Amino acid sequence: MLLAGILFSLGLTSLLVRRNLIFVLMSLEVMLNAAGLAFVVAGSRWHQADGQVVFLFILAMAAAEVCVGLALVLEIYRRCKSLDVDGLSEMRG
Amino acid sequence: MKRRQSTSVPCCRERFMELAFYIAGAVAVISTVLMLTRLNVVHALLYLIVSLLGVAVVFYALGAPFVAALEVIIYAGAIMVLFVFVVMMLNLGAPAAKMEKQWLKPGIWTGPVLLAAILIVEVVYFVRRGAPGMSSGAIDPKQVGMALFGPYLIGVELASMLLLAGLVGAYHLGYRKPEKVEIQHDADTHERRVAAGGDLVLAGTDQPARTP
Repeated sequence: MLLAGILFSLGLTSLLVRRNLIFVLMSLEVMLNAAGLAFVVAGSRWHQADGQVVFLFILAMAAAEVCVGLALVLEIYRRCKSLDVDGLSEMRG
Repeated sequence: MKRRQSTSVPCCRERFMELAFYIAGAVAVISTVLMLTRLNVVHALLYLIVSLLGVAVVFYALGAPFVAALEVIIYAGAIMVLFVFVVMMLNLGAPAAKMEKQWLKPGIWTGPVLLAAILIVEVVYFVRRGAPGMSSGAIDPKQVGMALFGPYLIGVELASMLLLAGLVGAYHLGYRKPEKVEIQHDADTHERRVAAGGDLVLAGTDQPARTP
């Protein structure tokens, strides 16, 4: 549980610190992984299979999210020629 | 995290699993920290792969071998391949040859290799000793499957719809790319052909067309 917390906070820190879109997606991966780890640890603690089932759902969701996210990254890179998140802040209205 | 409930298993194996859990967890945390501090995307990807493998070994030590295998296959396999492909398509580094020269130097990949070697040693030790004690609270794939297709059947359907939506969305977002790239490439080679004086061979190669 502590390990999951550490991994999650690391991912969150990196999400806040880094300004590269690829790094943002990678830290999202780390955070989802930490959440899944917490579920599996809880399921193993109480000898239930539900934790692993929920981890499978998290896995599917992470796969779909990364799929769409990377397609968006490609589109943004083609449009702006950079992966800087600050450069995208003009995207409003 | 602490599985001290089952008293029937030998104490030695329990202690060993706990030790393996802590070692793999330390490897995962260290490689994650190293991932966050890399400047190059590909180096960070290497460390991220090691981190995911470390979490997989943690799952194995916790008595969830099915989830550990899925973690290796899907996270460290499929999702990382996606990342690598996107990094490749972005083609960020103009000085790619210089980078290639850097990668061949041993300084960069020793870190991930060392961390992965620790994990490999652990896994080999697992295999030598046999599967993690099924009596000590391990949940085998059969139980997971029974739960997955029993009470969680609607979740499976929703996950499949989510995956389908992700597939269609990614296809839609990346739809016009091949056309555009091809047109751009055409124009590029046309310019180069003009610059090279109509010489197709010179226009195809990068270097000689620019030097004259």
